Amino acid sequence: MVRVDGKGNTGALVQVRSLDKTYQRGSQEVHVLRGLNLDVERGEFVAFMGPSGSGKTTLLNLLGGLDLPSRGSITVDGDEITHLSGPKLAAWRARHVGFVFQMYNLLPVLTAFQNVELPLLLTRLGKADRRRHVEIALDLVGLSDRLDHYPRQLSGGQEQRVSIARAVVADPTFLLCDEPTGDLDRKSAGEVMALLERLSAEFGKTILMVTHDPRAAERAGTVLHLEKGELVEGQGGS
Amino acid sequence: MSIPLLYTIRSVRARWASNLIAVLGIAGVVAVFVAMMAMARGFQRTLVESGSPMNAIVTRGGATTEMESVVTLEQEKIIADAAGVARSADGRPLVSGEVVVVTAFHHKRTNSDALAQVRGVSEDALRVHDGVHIVRGRFLRPGLAELVAGKNASDMYTGFQLGDTPRFGGRTWTVVGIMDSGGSAFDSEVWADAVVLNQTYKRPADIFSSVTVRLTSPAAFSAFKSALSADPRLTVQADRERDYYAKQSGAVSTMIRVLGFLVAFIMGIGAVFGAFNTMYSAVSARSREIATLRALGFRPGSVVLAFLAESMVISLAGGLLGCLAALPFNGLTTDALNWQTFSQLAFAFRVTPGLLAWGLAFALFMGFWGGLLPSIRAARLPIATALREL
Repeated sequence: MVRVDGKGNTGALVQVRSLDKTYQRGSQEVHVLRGLNLDVERGEFVAFMGPSGSGKTTLLNLLGGLDLPSRGSITVDGDEITHLSGPKLAAWRARHVGFVFQMYNLLPVLTAFQNVELPLLLTRLGKADRRRHVEIALDLVGLSDRLDHYPRQLSGGQEQRVSIARAVVADPTFLLCDEPTGDLDRKSAGEVMALLERLSAEFGKTILMVTHDPRAAERAGTVLHLEKGELVEGQGGS
Repeated sequence: MSIPLLYTIRSVRARWASNLIAVLGIAGVVAVFVAMMAMARGFQRTLVESGSPMNAIVTRGGATTEMESVVTLEQEKIIADAAGVARSADGRPLVSGEVVVVTAFHHKRTNSDALAQVRGVSEDALRVHDGVHIVRGRFLRPGLAELVAGKNASDMYTGFQLGDTPRFGGRTWTVVGIMDSGGSAFDSEVWADAVVLNQTYKRPADIFSSVTVRLTSPAAFSAFKSALSADPRLTVQADRERDYYAKQSGAVSTMIRVLGFLVAFIMGIGAVFGAFNTMYSAVSARSREIATLRALGFRPGSVVLAFLAESMVISLAGGLLGCLAALPFNGLTTDALNWQTFSQLAFAFRVTPGLLAWGLAFALFMGFWGGLLPSIRAARLPIATALREL
């Protein structure tokens, strides 16, 4: 069960305590997150909604170890990540996080296969094992016939599905999705959300997703709202 | 594991137009560098190859060139009898007392006078200088105003073709032969009979500039040298012919080299900035890709390596292109004044595999320094902001 009161049980997969994030803008201090608490159990699918500038993406960046908080702690699967430094944090990300971005962020010079293979290059898997994993992942997203296509040869929806295959291929602890349907038409967005839903329901993946799109949010098990840097629970779609 | 090289190579290819500027910049530097070094190498090799390992050259003690040396006929006889000197089948010592005169001939390429070396030789000269062959006509006859022109001298100066009758030193000569020494300094010389040349320039008949002797073997040199220094009648020095000519090439080839390094260094700074600029724009154009790689878990060090590799791939392409551009210089013959003999020396550029390797190494060196700062910048990009850049 997802909690935002800081009183979740100690076995929760993600535990965020008193998280603050402050940016310096000129002489002004901007408080993006204020004393935020969050507990997410394994296998949950959580959507974060909120107006622009409410700190959704900041929260996702902190959870994914792409940025460091000003105060507070984040513990994922027993590892406190807020004290890790550059290379250690990179290794942690490789092991635990699968990212899905709004703009897909596929490398344009690599094929779908090679893009999906990237996270596996950071594991100990041999070439044959990597090939098998990539093929399974691309099959899962329904693109096993597009292995050798470059991103420019794919539609937006297909690109996002490749990026989801890349996010799950190394079997990370959780998926972090930043506006995964933000750049897609309604049909493609529906397909992408159906895929995420299936990853959660069928494969028990833990998914944390930031979105503006109420249609996307309603697929999640829990919807949390960020308002003025604090999390508010259970108001349904916005 | 590091970022795959495939990504690096494909990225270079994808941005070929902007990379081309850096490639051409580096290619230009490498081409100039290799060509200048090939020139220095060619100049040096031409002189060094003039010397035979079987020969020793005897000059006055303290003289650095034949020009400032005097060896008398009497001394020549003593030298001829010294230990280690080879003899012909009929028992005559293989010795060539030689006189060197520098005189001005009309230089075809510049259409002005240039200084040429005229060497007075003995009739045994061809047996002593065994690398010299008559390719047309015949060898000169003693006592006559006949000339044998080196093939480069014959091409460089007006009036030195076979059968021509050039006039210098107050008399008319006949070119009776053309010689080829396989690209050595002798190809730039004109040979005459030593006695006739001395007479023409009103020099005493029993005076030589140097004496070149053929040794029984290269190893016989030390015995020959000690025999000369032990003899109280002689105030001469003996050098291996190769060492003597190598010393002669020193000043000019060093000058060409220093000039080459200087030009390449200055151009190189420009090329490094070119590479630097290209790599900076590559990094800023691809900041989202870099941030993605970092988000996926590639370490900052991997990013530095990937972008350094990219810079090196670009510089390697530039280096290869530069080497290719320098290759046609190989064998190209030109001539320059050798300050040590005050005479024009024809020589061929020598583009050797070693020089090409240096050219490539220089290119990679430029690529490394041009790529270093942009690569570090790439690794330090703030991931969270760069991920959302368009």
